[in-house]
Amino acid sequence: MSASLDSSQKSPLLSVENLVVEYPSKRFRAKPFRALTDINITIGQGETLGLVGESGSGKTTLGRAVLGLAPVTAGKVIFEGNDISNASRKERRTLSRDLQVVFQDPYTSLNPALEIGDILAEPLGVQGMAPAAAKKRVKELLDQVGLPTDAIHRLPREFSGGQRQRVAIARALALSPKLIVCDEPVSALDLSTQARVLDLFLQIQKDTGVSYLFVSHDLDVVRHISHRVAVMYHGEIVEQGPAEVVTRDPEHPYTQRLLLASPVPDPDRQEQRRADRHRLLANQHSQTEQQGAVA
Amino acid sequence: MSDSVDSAAVSADSMGLAAKPESGQSGTVVRSTVMRRLLKNPMGIASLVILVTIAALAILAPLIAPFEENFANISKTLAAPDSVNIMGTDSAGRDTWSRLLFGAQLTLLSALLCAGVAIAIGLPAGLIAGYYAGKFEAVSNWVVSILMSLPGLIVLLTIRAAFGPSVWISMIAFGVLISPSYFRLTRTAVQSVRNELYVDAARVSGLSDLSIIARHIFSVVRAPIIIQTAAIAGVAIAIQSGLEFLGLGDPTKATWGVMLSEGFKNVYLTPTLLLWPALAMALTIGGLVLLGNAIRDALEDGEKIKHRKKRALATAESTTPAPAKARQSRKSVAAVDAGTEHHLVKVTNLGVGYPQADGSIKKVVDDVSFHVDRGEILGIVGESGSGKSQTAFSILGLLPDNARIVGGSIQFDGNYTVAPGDDRVSQERLSKLRGKRISYIPQEPMSNLDPAFTIGYQLVTPMVRVLGVSKAEARQRALKLLTDVGIANPERTFNAYPHEVSGGMAQRVLIAGAISCEPDLVIADEPTTALDVTVQADVLDLLRELQQRLNIGVILVTHNFGVVADLCDRVAVMQNGRLVEEGTVREILRNPKEPYTQTLLRSMLEGKTPMTMLVSKAGSAAQSGSAAQKEPVA
Repeated sequence: MSASLDSSQKSPLLSVENLVVEYPSKRFRAKPFRALTDINITIGQGETLGLVGESGSGKTTLGRAVLGLAPVTAGKVIFEGNDISNASRKERRTLSRDLQVVFQDPYTSLNPALEIGDILAEPLGVQGMAPAAAKKRVKELLDQVGLPTDAIHRLPREFSGGQRQRVAIARALALSPKLIVCDEPVSALDLSTQARVLDLFLQIQKDTGVSYLFVSHDLDVVRHISHRVAVMYHGEIVEQGPAEVVTRDPEHPYTQRLLLASPVPDPDRQEQRRADRHRLLANQHSQTEQQGAVA
Repeated sequence: MSDSVDSAAVSADSMGLAAKPESGQSGTVVRSTVMRRLLKNPMGIASLVILVTIAALAILAPLIAPFEENFANISKTLAAPDSVNIMGTDSAGRDTWSRLLFGAQLTLLSALLCAGVAIAIGLPAGLIAGYYAGKFEAVSNWVVSILMSLPGLIVLLTIRAAFGPSVWISMIAFGVLISPSYFRLTRTAVQSVRNELYVDAARVSGLSDLSIIARHIFSVVRAPIIIQTAAIAGVAIAIQSGLEFLGLGDPTKATWGVMLSEGFKNVYLTPTLLLWPALAMALTIGGLVLLGNAIRDALEDGEKIKHRKKRALATAESTTPAPAKARQSRKSVAAVDAGTEHHLVKVTNLGVGYPQADGSIKKVVDDVSFHVDRGEILGIVGESGSGKSQTAFSILGLLPDNARIVGGSIQFDGNYTVAPGDDRVSQERLSKLRGKRISYIPQEPMSNLDPAFTIGYQLVTPMVRVLGVSKAEARQRALKLLTDVGIANPERTFNAYPHEVSGGMAQRVLIAGAISCEPDLVIADEPTTALDVTVQADVLDLLRELQQRLNIGVILVTHNFGVVADLCDRVAVMQNGRLVEEGTVREILRNPKEPYTQTLLRSMLEGKTPMTMLVSKAGSAAQSGSAAQKEPVA
């Protein structure tokens, strides 16, 4: 909590202002598809912003827009005071020291033809680090994410999903970035592996003071790892605030539905939650009907 | 429906997962190089020997050929082989062996030229078109279409008429004509990896496009290009020789095509004249094709193991003790143990295994026993590789072909589907049950609906086949089922194609399909894993409501304890193919006895203090990269 208080006094590490992302339509002269509408978020130093929403809500697109992988139609992405929404490849190269990514699927985010050592050395080489120094750094990284050093000469396919995700995290950490965009980094993992990888994310933040933009569809995961949480629905942020508030006592109808939809591992409490959910759905239904009648 | 195909793929996938930790942790992984694998392959080494020999003879032609290529001994035409002319002479008295050697030079060089030109045009164009797409791709597609619609031979004849009888010019022209094959190959390969996450990761790292193409994309294209080149070189030799054969080549040069033509003219006088160039061409082209195949095999790692697996399987089959086979062929099936008939499904000491390359059997399910009664929901919980899906598939009889039941039995409603001693699921017995009394809800709703047929068709057809009702009747029932599973506009969904509905809707359709033939048992394999949480809650509500109304037994395979708490009466926890713990849902979730179940439940995030360590201890983890954080060796 103290980290988020500090950051609110200084200027934020990343701020996204009125961001709009549109994809051109395939059909001739058709209206472009609007993936994101008027997004405003900020992330402070050492802070985690959790981004939660259903599939197609635009949460991944927001992460990609910050990384420069999605087209910014309007608005600004400001990183350390500079607008990076339309940064050139050369500016991106400088930026990559501070801004990194961990993707969802540890099976396709590592090039199957390259050894782990080469994968980890790639970002170092781009920044002009000498091979010997890069090798030393790669060993440090493997140690940091809890992988054995002999992993250097192995191929990604020789590792399990959780271990691959550790490699992907190590690659993101290689240049000691200030912000890591984590796009559903634990969704493809087993429960116990997910717990260990979440521990790793928390430990790294404690050790290095890195900030996370943590994208997930799972409210429990987001609650566990975030200082603040933003909820996305149909390309817009419908609710934003401290993690405790948003994930325990949400205001927006969608967040309320989301909270009560995620089942709890106890039959009696789950039965209670199920009843709560049905009541909420009935309430929301009658409310929309009333609004419809008024309109 | 496409269920069986898909489930086979699914189970193959889970097999892969099961095998992964082993290969990952063994530490002594030997990766042989492509070259070494190529040389181990008899086909590869044979083709390499042939091609290297021919190439060596061609290079050394000026040294080893006894005569000049055009040296004619008029007094000795169409001579039979002797000590001077070891392959005889042609109608002008030229030495066949010498001409064959010089011909090899020209033929091989022209093939190389043709492939070189085609690669030089097709590869870069394909890389650019595939990686950047957009206008360049559109334009180059047009050019390629034009090139491919040109009649090749006529173009070559025209070029010959315009530029004279030069082998080189016609081969350059042919290279241009054939470059679309490289272009298309490259473009398709690049397109398939262009949106891979590792390419995105490289972009985030700030790699230039050129380095991304060189490091991450070219490696994907390299192998198919090499294989394609072997094939193209063969085609080039054939085309070039064809042109020469028609008499369109340079008459002053010895090539295999010219020699073939010469031999053809004298086929009644000296048939062997035809034989030698034909043999040389056949060997070369055959060698190239075999080399291409061998390289492909060497590049595809998995291929080898599969072959060996098959062979091992065949031997295993032949050595299977006779009693097992006899038992299988026996008509009547043993009666189940008395007092267990009332269980809807009873699995007793089940073992499922896959024969390995070394003849051993890798067990993925080991000594698993449980039962399900009517009106009861049993949850099977476990992580990937725990064997939970394999257990479900053995009840459904949808295990892959190479799977073996290595022990135990399965009985359904008082009859064995797998009797004790059987090493396969009896398809004969199960096909009568599957779809009628046992049905299946898969994990991926979208891939389990055939995109080529409407949803209505896919619901109606099984009902017509299984229940024997008329089409109109089945249609009525399908519409009612769609209403039952909570679809607001059943008529529209009935007429829709799968891609027109959402994932949650598709899963509702599959549930409708699963209950359409009024089954006694539904096996649901992670039915909500692919769905959004809010949709998952709706689907769980639907499953509960249907199960209670129809009083069916359900086996729910899942990894989510929340889903278990929501639906299940009893729970079985699986780990590494074994059943760890079984009990009522309250027992297992509240007071798990086994350490593994406790670990799994501890990993749940619900009710945990945010920002605290879940499994590793904060103190020890603070020492960077502590042992506590390291992945346990499974």
